[in-house]
Amino acid sequence: MIMAFPFLEIFQPYSLMLRPRIIPCLLLREKGLVKTVKFKDGKYVGDPLNAVKIFNEKEVDELMLLDIDATTEGREPDFKLIRNIALESRMPLCYGGGVRTVEQCKKIISLGAEKVAISSSVIQNPSIITEMSKAVGSQSVVVVIDIKPKGLLGRYEIFSNNGTNATGLNPVDFVKYCEENGAGEIVINSIDHDGMMNGYDIKIAREIRKAVSLPLTILGGASSLDDVSGLIKEFGVIGVAAGSIFVFKGKYKAVLINYPNAAEKIAVLSSGGFNI
Amino acid sequence: MIGIVNYGSGNVDAVANIYKRLNIDYEITGDTAVLERSSHLILPGVGAFDETMRILYDTGLKSFLDIMVLQKQKLVMGICIGMQLLAEGSEEGELEGFGWIKGKVKRLDSSKLQLKPHLPHLGWNTVEQKYEHPIFKNIDQNKGFYFLHSFYYDCSRPEDVLGTTDYGINFASAVRRDNIFGMQFHPEKSHDNGVSLFRNFSTL
Repeated sequence: MIMAFPFLEIFQPYSLMLRPRIIPCLLLREKGLVKTVKFKDGKYVGDPLNAVKIFNEKEVDELMLLDIDATTEGREPDFKLIRNIALESRMPLCYGGGVRTVEQCKKIISLGAEKVAISSSVIQNPSIITEMSKAVGSQSVVVVIDIKPKGLLGRYEIFSNNGTNATGLNPVDFVKYCEENGAGEIVINSIDHDGMMNGYDIKIAREIRKAVSLPLTILGGASSLDDVSGLIKEFGVIGVAAGSIFVFKGKYKAVLINYPNAAEKIAVLSSGGFNI
Repeated sequence: MIGIVNYGSGNVDAVANIYKRLNIDYEITGDTAVLERSSHLILPGVGAFDETMRILYDTGLKSFLDIMVLQKQKLVMGICIGMQLLAEGSEEGELEGFGWIKGKVKRLDSSKLQLKPHLPHLGWNTVEQKYEHPIFKNIDQNKGFYFLHSFYYDCSRPEDVLGTTDYGINFASAVRRDNIFGMQFHPEKSHDNGVSLFRNFSTL
């Protein structure tokens, strides 16, 4: 760990490169936050505004907020809640859930989110990526794909509508399509690893990393900060997202919003090969 | 008072919220009378070049701001797309920018990056100061600033570059000429470093 002593400035004691992002992913249900297991059994973990305030204090790299019921309930995003959260957030915010139109996308950006995540709507209407990236810039259009291996061969398939609908789509082909059509980031969300705290699905992450050069974020399965370091060690600059480890503490999973402090974060990055 | 120029851009409220917490007078407005009373102006921004510039032309704010900045020498700071508007033009669009700081906005060349990811340049990176300036007082270089962009400011005059960042190339992530400042990153989403930068700007 290097301290920022002014006399050391000539030696450039700080990193001159882009860092990996460590991203808490919060799931919204009925204006509260929940944590699911394999997309089911949402356990209440707190109030979203309160969580944002805590994450502000912890200087979180970026926050992902997903309304997991908006699409299945066929309703619009909760714009009032998004506005309140964006106003409070001093860190970059990515919102997803129920976003179907360019107008909704523009509105969410105008409310103060940096990025808008789309998932089920892209599967129904793939050209929406291009339309949204023209309206708000491709850097703000994030495609989240929920995936699960299927059948005897364990071939990965994309699911929509909060994991309920098997689309038959191949994730590797699909992310290539997204990249060519104006997406700014891909989030891979592994359904079978969600809430299981059994480690990230490295295999599919490797395949996707090979297929596209867009910024990539991996979600689902983190059990500890060691998993975060492991992903960074393998992929370098990557988005490492997680739910459980940032909302639970201890083996009985007591609800506690948490995030590595400055020293812990430096340790996580440096064991992942980033010396900042 | 800080005049946050409202041209329908996304992160206006986030900037305002920081000044509110700092107890520094601000107003979000497109009203020229209010902007004229402001000592400092901020051009915020999340958006596309032409879309943003067109609003400034259509509302007459373009020529008004030219007078405020070039003749009245008001302090002005552009953020992200607001910074890119300071250039003469952009590869992202066709309209003319303010042209207050000579240069053109170009697409970052991802072929210069050896590893993935390529574009957009997304995440926390360091801004290396080219010379001492009070706007960067109390900045923790280990923490850096948050970036989210695919285009960068190709400054014509090296003396206008205030800070640089490495991403494939070493590009101007902060520019300054006299009373005019531009920041490619998002200080409104960069925690304490961003708050320090906004505070520093208000005391210039």
